[in-house]
Amino acid sequence: MGEDQTFNILDPFSSVDFGIADSADGIKQWAISNREVIQPIKTVLNDLIVAIDTGLHAVPPLVMLALIALIAWQAAGARTAVLVGMCLVALGLLDPNAWGLAMTTLAIVIASVIACFVIGLPLGILAAKSDMFEKILRPVLDLMQTIPAFVYLVPVVMLVGIGNVSGVIVTIIFALPPLIRLTSLGIRGVNPSVVEAAQAFGASPRQILVKVELPLATPTILAGVNQTIMLALSMVVIASMISVGGLGNEVLRAMRRPDAGKAIVGGLGIVILAVVLDRISQGLRQSGRDRGHRHWWQGEPVGLALRLIPSRADALPQQAPDLKTTTN
Amino acid sequence: MVGVRDASFSVSRGEIFCIMGLSGSGKSTLIRHINRLIEPTSGTIHIEGQNINDLSQKDLRVLRAEKIGMVFQNMALMPHRTVLENVAFGQQVRGHDVKARTQTALRAIKAVELNGWERKYPDELSGGMQQRVGLARAIAADPAILLMDEPFSALDPLIRRQLQDKFMALSAEMKKTTLFITHDPDEAIRIGDRIAIMKDGVLVQIGTPEDIVTNPADDYVADFVAGISKLELISAKKFMEPVAADTQRKGPLDLDAWPEAHPDQSLDQLVDLSIATQHPIIVKIDGKPMGVVTKNALLRGIKGDTAPTGQAA
Repeated sequence: MGEDQTFNILDPFSSVDFGIADSADGIKQWAISNREVIQPIKTVLNDLIVAIDTGLHAVPPLVMLALIALIAWQAAGARTAVLVGMCLVALGLLDPNAWGLAMTTLAIVIASVIACFVIGLPLGILAAKSDMFEKILRPVLDLMQTIPAFVYLVPVVMLVGIGNVSGVIVTIIFALPPLIRLTSLGIRGVNPSVVEAAQAFGASPRQILVKVELPLATPTILAGVNQTIMLALSMVVIASMISVGGLGNEVLRAMRRPDAGKAIVGGLGIVILAVVLDRISQGLRQSGRDRGHRHWWQGEPVGLALRLIPSRADALPQQAPDLKTTTN
Repeated sequence: MVGVRDASFSVSRGEIFCIMGLSGSGKSTLIRHINRLIEPTSGTIHIEGQNINDLSQKDLRVLRAEKIGMVFQNMALMPHRTVLENVAFGQQVRGHDVKARTQTALRAIKAVELNGWERKYPDELSGGMQQRVGLARAIAADPAILLMDEPFSALDPLIRRQLQDKFMALSAEMKKTTLFITHDPDEAIRIGDRIAIMKDGVLVQIGTPEDIVTNPADDYVADFVAGISKLELISAKKFMEPVAADTQRKGPLDLDAWPEAHPDQSLDQLVDLSIATQHPIIVKIDGKPMGVVTKNALLRGIKGDTAPTGQAA
């Protein structure tokens, strides 16, 4: 407790030492000795990352480009598809290695967002249902968003070791909060009279959640997904410090050299990826009502494809048995 | 704070029971106790002899889905579902398969004359049509009881009247026990078999529309129904004078030229009869004279003064 220093009433803090840093360092020891506990999670995450990464790298760049543009078309319309296509071409032309690096980064981001969704959606629902839980959760989420990433980088590495898995874990810590917050907000924002009507017609709490609250909260939840994607991307440079590959690593290496050209290539690559992911997820967010009540599969290009195959178009899902025959 | 207290009443099968009161008087709270959307803190509610308070959550949901249909003031349709899916919601949560619930829903949609709109979404419909969807949803499961929470209050007067007519026609056909909440006395009198007036969470008077208008229990009720036209409500028997009193004043009756009426005929009909003649109206049951309605009595009736007195003479 710092007995060797004389106590000064005007500057009491320098003479008092509770040893917080030392005891907090114990977390490191705890982390090392508890590695086995985290092993199953590590395996699952690792499998997920490897699967996505292998998948993304297996597809030839041009095919992948077309695929992403088609997804953008479906999610956000033809104009966005053109923009996304041009962005991806620019990304490929940045540097011969840029495409491969971008796919590695994309794999990490996708794996993180999937994990965030799996963790965040149930927590968001709980937070919407319980004021108590929300009250407890809020400061935790604040902490997760504000605490510098370097602080939890070390314990995570101690616990999991360096590599993609810890990269994903630190990304989850940083990117998860908006998804939880916006899921809760979305569900709380559902018109209470609609929920009451569902109750009045005999819906159980689970049915109300699945058939009323989640569908109506979807635009808000997808806004959360969009935020989570953006935050995940912003973590790629920091994650590369614990040996995560991809565009972030490029920037980090350029910083060490220092190599401004390489940094610009890496940085621009991240920006382009961000634009692409943002536009696609923004497009998804647009609610069905804004699109004139068309279901996503009714829009281009899937809708176009379905219309070109007439026999399939008749068997569309949700297309209930012919109304005219049942009315009479 | 107590929302509703001292509110005991029973509604018989097939009856339309109106609960009328100003906003904040506890009408909506009261109606939500019937299907336990709000849990009563004390007191009991019986539906067909069964105490609703004793039901488990599961049984309560079955009751809500199968026995009670509800219509809301703000429609409360689900914006992400088509008209058909909205109407079929109750059936869907009961686990009926698509074909069965589509069929019942289409029947209900037909009953409210919305055929052709099944695939539309609520925000593509006008307010009146939305509330017809609400009505269709309530009757889809063919429940024995309808709870109507100010269903037509948010609509403009013309549409409101159309929907009232539609509802009365449907209700005459389906004979559902209905609790109908409104703040509009005209609506209550038009629709209700009996009316309860509510003030500050208490039922101050329960009676037939005629009762309420002609014998208000207190000044509050009197005030409430002050603007109501009595023409349709008051029947001849309420203000006719005894035959004897009339003969005393004017000598023997010269009945042949007098128009005849039945004691249950409304004031409105009596006015029509009276316009065509100089004579008073004779009120008869099975050809037997029961009373006389003079022009004076008619005018008193229109003003709401039904006491059959000879003071005017």
